[in-house]
Amino acid sequence: MATLTYRDALNQALREEMARDSSVFLMGEEVAEYDGAYKVSRGLLKEFGPKRVVDTPIAELGFTGIGIGAAMVGLRPVIEMMTWNFALLAIDQIINSAAKMRYMSGGQVGVPIVFRGPGGAALQLGAQHSQAFESFYAHVPGLKVVTPATPADAKGLLKSAIRDDNPVVFIEGEMLYNQKGEVPDGEHLTPLGKADVKRPGKDVTIVCHSKTVGPALKAAEQLAAEGVDAEVIDLRTIRPLDTDALLESVAKTNRCVVAEEGWPFAGVGAQVVDLIQREGFDLLDAPILRVTGADVPMPYNKHLERAAKVDAAKIQDAAKKVLYR
Amino acid sequence: MATKVVMEALSPTMEEGRLVEWKKNEGDAIALGDVLAEVETDKAVMELVARAGGTLLRQTVAAGATVPVSAEVGWIGEAGEGVPSRTDKTDKTGKTDKTDKTGKTDKTDKTDKTGKTDKTDKTDRTDKTDGRDGAVARAAPASVGRVKASPVARKMAAETGVDLTTVAGSGPEGRVIKRDLESTPIRLPAGPAGPPYTDTPLSQIRKTIAKRLVQSIGPIPTFYLTTEIDMERAADLREQVKATQGEGVKVSFNDLVVRAVSLALVQHPACNAWWQDDKIRYWHEIHVGMAVAVDDGLITPVIRHADRKTLFEIGAESKELAGRARERRLKPEEYTGATFSISNLGMFDIEHFTAVINPPEAGILAVGSIAPIPAVVDGAVVPRRRMRVTMSCDHRVIDGATGARFLSTVKLLLENPASLLLP
Repeated sequence: MATLTYRDALNQALREEMARDSSVFLMGEEVAEYDGAYKVSRGLLKEFGPKRVVDTPIAELGFTGIGIGAAMVGLRPVIEMMTWNFALLAIDQIINSAAKMRYMSGGQVGVPIVFRGPGGAALQLGAQHSQAFESFYAHVPGLKVVTPATPADAKGLLKSAIRDDNPVVFIEGEMLYNQKGEVPDGEHLTPLGKADVKRPGKDVTIVCHSKTVGPALKAAEQLAAEGVDAEVIDLRTIRPLDTDALLESVAKTNRCVVAEEGWPFAGVGAQVVDLIQREGFDLLDAPILRVTGADVPMPYNKHLERAAKVDAAKIQDAAKKVLYR
Repeated sequence: MATKVVMEALSPTMEEGRLVEWKKNEGDAIALGDVLAEVETDKAVMELVARAGGTLLRQTVAAGATVPVSAEVGWIGEAGEGVPSRTDKTDKTGKTDKTDKTGKTDKTDKTDKTGKTDKTDKTDRTDKTDGRDGAVARAAPASVGRVKASPVARKMAAETGVDLTTVAGSGPEGRVIKRDLESTPIRLPAGPAGPPYTDTPLSQIRKTIAKRLVQSIGPIPTFYLTTEIDMERAADLREQVKATQGEGVKVSFNDLVVRAVSLALVQHPACNAWWQDDKIRYWHEIHVGMAVAVDDGLITPVIRHADRKTLFEIGAESKELAGRARERRLKPEEYTGATFSISNLGMFDIEHFTAVINPPEAGILAVGSIAPIPAVVDGAVVPRRRMRVTMSCDHRVIDGATGARFLSTVKLLLENPASLLLP
C-alpha cells in the first residue's frame, strides 16, 4: 500500500483501467498535452497515445456528446470536465442523452461513460465557479452520482465507475487533490452505492460526503473532547443511496446530522432526511438537522466566503443541538 | 391552541377529587410540570401538574370544589388566547361567566360553535364518560394534550409498557426522549427473570378449604395466633445502641419487629402471599405495610424490599413514611403493594388486640405493648419485659401450622435480636 495524493490515486485508477481495457479512453480540455488542468491525467498521453488521451476545444456540449456517442457504440469514455461549473454547458447531453438512452431504446443501447472533474468551491473563485452540483445530477433517474472523499476511495470508486455499464457522474473535490492517504495497490475496487463508516460512534450520526468528510471528522474529534461519541458516515455514492448503512447507524445513535457543501433547498441532505424519517421513524430521538452551504451565490469576499461554507464548528453545533446539549 | 386542564385520576381508586387550592392564578406563566393545584383524593392530598406550558388562561372551578375525574378544571394556552366555550356542567361559577361576557372571549366562543371544535369537544367528553373503571384513570391524562415524546421513546415505552404520561421529559418543551426512559425504572410485566412472584393455581383441597371457610365466617376466613415474646434482650439492644451511638441513631421496637417479620417471611414464603380468587400469588419480594394512624383514619405505607434493608434503613424509612402519611402526602405507589402488614398499638399501652387483614394480603401482625410481667426463668419467677403479638391469617392461604411456624421464627428472632443486626 502506497501513500498517494487524491490526484495521483485518480491517475492510478485511470492508468490501470486504460491498461486493462483498450476501450477506455480519456477526453477533455487540456487532458493530453498539458497533463490535465489539475494534473490528474499526468503521463497518460505519453503512455497511451493521442487516440486514447484526447484534447478537445473549449466546447463542453460537443465533446460530451461525442463521448456519449462513443459509449453507445461500445467504447468506455471518461470525459473530464475542467470543473463541474463548466459542465452546465453540457448538461443537456448528460441528462437528455446519457441518462435516458437505455430507457428510451428499450434497453438496447447502454451508455457506459464516466463524466469526471472537480466540483464545489475552492478559494475565492467567485459565485460562478464555486458550486456543488451533486444534487442536480442525483435528481435524474438513469445517472449514478459518486463523490469520493479520500485517495483510497477516489481510486476504488473511479475504477468501479469506469467498469459500470451506466453513466456515472463522478464529482471530485477541488480542494482534495493534494490530500494524501494510503491507497491499496492494483485491483482495488470500491463498490458504488456503499457508504463507509469513517469513524464509528454511538451518540450521534454525522452523514457527509466529499469535502464535508474532513470537517465532519474534525467535528467528531472536538465532540469526543466533550464526551460525545459521534459516528461519521461518508455516503461516497449519492445515487444510489446506501439506505442500510444510514438506518443501521441511526438505529444505534437515534440522532443524525447531515452535512453537505451544496445549497439547502432540495439538497442531498433533504433526501437523507426523507429516507430516515420514512424508513426509520421509530429510531429517532430528535429531529434531524442539516448543515449546508449558505443559501446564497458564493461570495467572493474571503470572510463572507468562509461564513457561507460548511465547517467543523457548524457541524459540531448541529450535533450538540440534536443531542439537546 | 389552548390545552384543557382536567381533574386527573391521581390514585388507582379515585373517582372524584376536591380541588383544595390553586397554586397558580389566572394569567400566571406556566411551565410544563408546574404544580397547578393541590387535589385531595380518596387517599391523600396530591399535586395536579401542568401537562402543557404557557399561561393559565382560566380556572374553571373554584378552590374547594369537588369534580369528577377527567372533568375540566382550567385551561392553559398562550397569553390572550381565547378558550373554547364551557361544556361541563360543573364549571358554572360566577367568575368565569363574567369573563365570557368580555368581547374577545365571546368571539372565540362563537368561532367554537361553528361545528368542528364543538364536535371535537363532544367526542372528547363521550370518550371519557363512556369508559369505566381503570380505563378512565389511564385515559384521562392522555386526553389533556398529546404527550410529547420522540419516536424512539414512544417505541421503547410501547415495548416496555411504560405510561409516557408518568415520565418527565428532559427534551425541548418537556419532550420525553430516550434517556428519560433509560433512567425510569421500567415495570416489565415479565422480564427475562420473570415476575417477582409465583402464581400457584388452587389445588382441590385449597378450593374446598376456601369455599367452606368463607361460608363459615365471611369473605376472609380469618383465624388468630397469639404468642408472647420476651423482649428483655431487645430492650437491652436498644439501650446499648442508645448508649454507644448517641443522639440520632435510634432503634425502635417497631423497627425490630419490622426487621424480624421481614426475615421470618424470607424463611416462610407461604405467609408472603396474596389471595387472588382463582390462585395464590406467592411473592418473591417482601414489602411490609405498616399501619399508621392519621387524623381521620389510617393508612398503610409500605417499606419495599424490607428484607434487604438494615435495621437503621428500616428505621429511617418508616419514620419518613409515617411523617408524610400523617400529612397525607404519600403517593399511591407508597401505600399499595404490601405483601404482609404490621399494626402496632403498643405505644397506646394496648396489651393485646387483633388486626383486620388488608386484602389481598394474607396476614397481618398485631403488636401489643411491652411491659414487665412475672415470668418463669430457670425455675424462678422474675419480672421480664414481654410483648404479646397476634397474627391474623387468611385461612385460604395460610394454615394454622404454617402461621405458627412463621410466628415462632418471629419470636426466635426478637428474643435473639443480635441476628437482626446482621446485614
